[in-house]
Amino acid sequence: MAIEPRKPPSQLLPKLQRALGGRAGWSGFVLQLLFVAALAWISYEIVANARANLQAQRITAGFGFLANNAGFDVSQSLIPYSGSDPYTRVFVVGLLNTLLVSVIGIFFATIIGFLVALGRLSPNWLLSRISGGYVELIRNLPLLFQILFWYLAVLAALPNPRQSISIFNGIFLSNRGLVIPKPIGEAGFEPFVVALLAAIIAAIILWRYARRQLFQSGKVIKVWPYALAMIIGLPLISVLIFGVPVTFEVPVLRGFNFAGGSRLIPEFVALTLALSTYTAAFIAEIVRAGILSVHKGQMEAGSSLGLQRGSVLRLIVIPQALRVILPPLTNQYLNLTKNSSLAVAIGYPDLVSVFAGTTLSQTGQAIEIIGITMGVYLLISLVTSAIMSFYGWRISRSMGG
Amino acid sequence: MKRVSLVVTLALAGLTAQAASAQTLKTVKDRGMLSCGVSQGLPGFSSPDDKGNWTGLDVDICRAIAAAIFNDATKIKFVPLSAKDRFTALQSGEIDVLSRNTTWTLSRDTSLGANFTGVTYYDGQGFLVKKSLKVNSALELNSASVCVQTGTTTEQNLADYFKGNNMKYEVIAFATADETVKAYESGRCDVFTSDVSQLYAERLKLATPADHVVLPEVISKEPLGPMVRHGDDQWFDVVKWTLYAMVGAEELGMTQKNVDEIVKSDKPEVKRAVGTDGNLGEQLGLTKDWMVRIVKAVGNYGESFERNVGSGSKLGIARGLNQLWSKGGIQYAPPIR
Repeated sequence: MAIEPRKPPSQLLPKLQRALGGRAGWSGFVLQLLFVAALAWISYEIVANARANLQAQRITAGFGFLANNAGFDVSQSLIPYSGSDPYTRVFVVGLLNTLLVSVIGIFFATIIGFLVALGRLSPNWLLSRISGGYVELIRNLPLLFQILFWYLAVLAALPNPRQSISIFNGIFLSNRGLVIPKPIGEAGFEPFVVALLAAIIAAIILWRYARRQLFQSGKVIKVWPYALAMIIGLPLISVLIFGVPVTFEVPVLRGFNFAGGSRLIPEFVALTLALSTYTAAFIAEIVRAGILSVHKGQMEAGSSLGLQRGSVLRLIVIPQALRVILPPLTNQYLNLTKNSSLAVAIGYPDLVSVFAGTTLSQTGQAIEIIGITMGVYLLISLVTSAIMSFYGWRISRSMGG
Repeated sequence: MKRVSLVVTLALAGLTAQAASAQTLKTVKDRGMLSCGVSQGLPGFSSPDDKGNWTGLDVDICRAIAAAIFNDATKIKFVPLSAKDRFTALQSGEIDVLSRNTTWTLSRDTSLGANFTGVTYYDGQGFLVKKSLKVNSALELNSASVCVQTGTTTEQNLADYFKGNNMKYEVIAFATADETVKAYESGRCDVFTSDVSQLYAERLKLATPADHVVLPEVISKEPLGPMVRHGDDQWFDVVKWTLYAMVGAEELGMTQKNVDEIVKSDKPEVKRAVGTDGNLGEQLGLTKDWMVRIVKAVGNYGESFERNVGSGSKLGIARGLNQLWSKGGIQYAPPIR
């Protein structure tokens, strides 16, 4: 006689109970429900109250104002902009300026941060003390103060345009910023770029081939002379055939300022300098902690294989340290982006300055504009941290961890 | 209401604005204190002196309102605001009245949810430059860098003026007047532009005022006046008629010195003004002697003008358009009757 396997008792109800109410069961579920209801009620009250008060004061709500003409100019814009453009355009101009200063700030902060961390861990006494001093000085001074220092004490002390510091009569440094010759594309520009790209791709293929040979047969192929020859040679041939790729428009002092050329405005330079040096101090500590978290036996093992200190760091220590470094490093990237809103103090036209500042005060649409601005910062931060998570996931996968 | 940061105020706009949106006069009386939004320090209009007392033409408007309500011109809390933050502070109910060199424009009168109550000072926009640049006219400013305070009508007039005259320029906009002037002084800009009265006031703060000159062009109309929130007509009337009381007092010849004498006058228009005849003040929700209180506290409009920005001050600005209508200016009070 076959024995019926005993049916397990239905788990559904207890499971649901646990999922909704945690350990406390149904009473916990009721509490959670009350909490959510209270939260919803408060949000509703805030929205309804704000709407009623806006109506009582006859403030027009909504986003229609975005289509109106801005009527003011902006000192730096990555896209063509004039005062007769609508507020949506101002928004994009401000957003791009925020992104520009953030991306460049993150780039330099990372480089400076890694260098200072390595300097601090260096056996060289002087180097490690200087790096340590840098970290302690920079991270303990308020950022706003440092921005003002670069802007008012360093850059404003440069001479006026008429007495500007000139390098080869083409590059001019003054209190109006750094003016450099502006490259203008000529007929030979496209072939030049194509030749350069082709050379770079060929060099990468060659390098990967050489690596495979090294791992498969232990044969060492010297790649760099061929790569260099290609990267210099191919574009050179294109120039000989198609003509020069660019000519330069040299800036000339005309009236009050320089005409022609490209210009880095001092507000941008001061903000980038302050943000990247400040964040670099924190990154340096994070990187140092990450490297120290790798067991020292790893370093010794690397040395005993005959690798040099730099190679040990690059091939063995840093890849392992990165797992510790990445999460706090992401925090620093986010901080830098958010701190860029201090731009308003020195007149750099970032999102907060031109949109949450000028546009708000011209239109009076405080709730809409602050809402949009908060949403944008949230989005930038979420995207940044998603990118960093993806990078972290790739690293841990490549290490089999 | 406690002084909270603007962002918090904004987040709670719904909750905080409620109490202040109607019956402002009653709220102010109950609180025993007028909350007055002023500049962060503009000599002649609103700035704290070395003892921390606020003085200036804009400050006198608030003092006059407080005097009319409480018979005490010191029952005021001054809230210094940047140009950028001023309207938000008014909308959120943080201040009862904004008396902060603010230009009256149509869009500000409508979409901001606030009303201008009158014109305390007829101004216009001008340019301040270094004498060493040897510029004699604003039309010679092609390619110049211009420093401006953000969130002002100045910023828009500037764009219009340079565009209209086919000139190029670079604008650098700062959040506060101090930052703007500092950038101008450090040489970041060739030109500082603002209302002419403000140019004279800020020039006094420069290291060597004599090295700087205000160009002759006045490129805009800038009628400056106090603002109140929409939706409270009684409070609107109180603030509006406080200014007219000061102008009216000058028309009637009432001054801080002779006010005790003039109360005994038997001229009908004076009797109406000082409250010995009729109840005009009570119709406003104030007292019969409201004008006497105002004139005792700050004097008439002319006295306040001369003391703060005119011949009795460091600014030394001529009355010009701000003279009474009967003496060649355009300051004019509707009949107080």
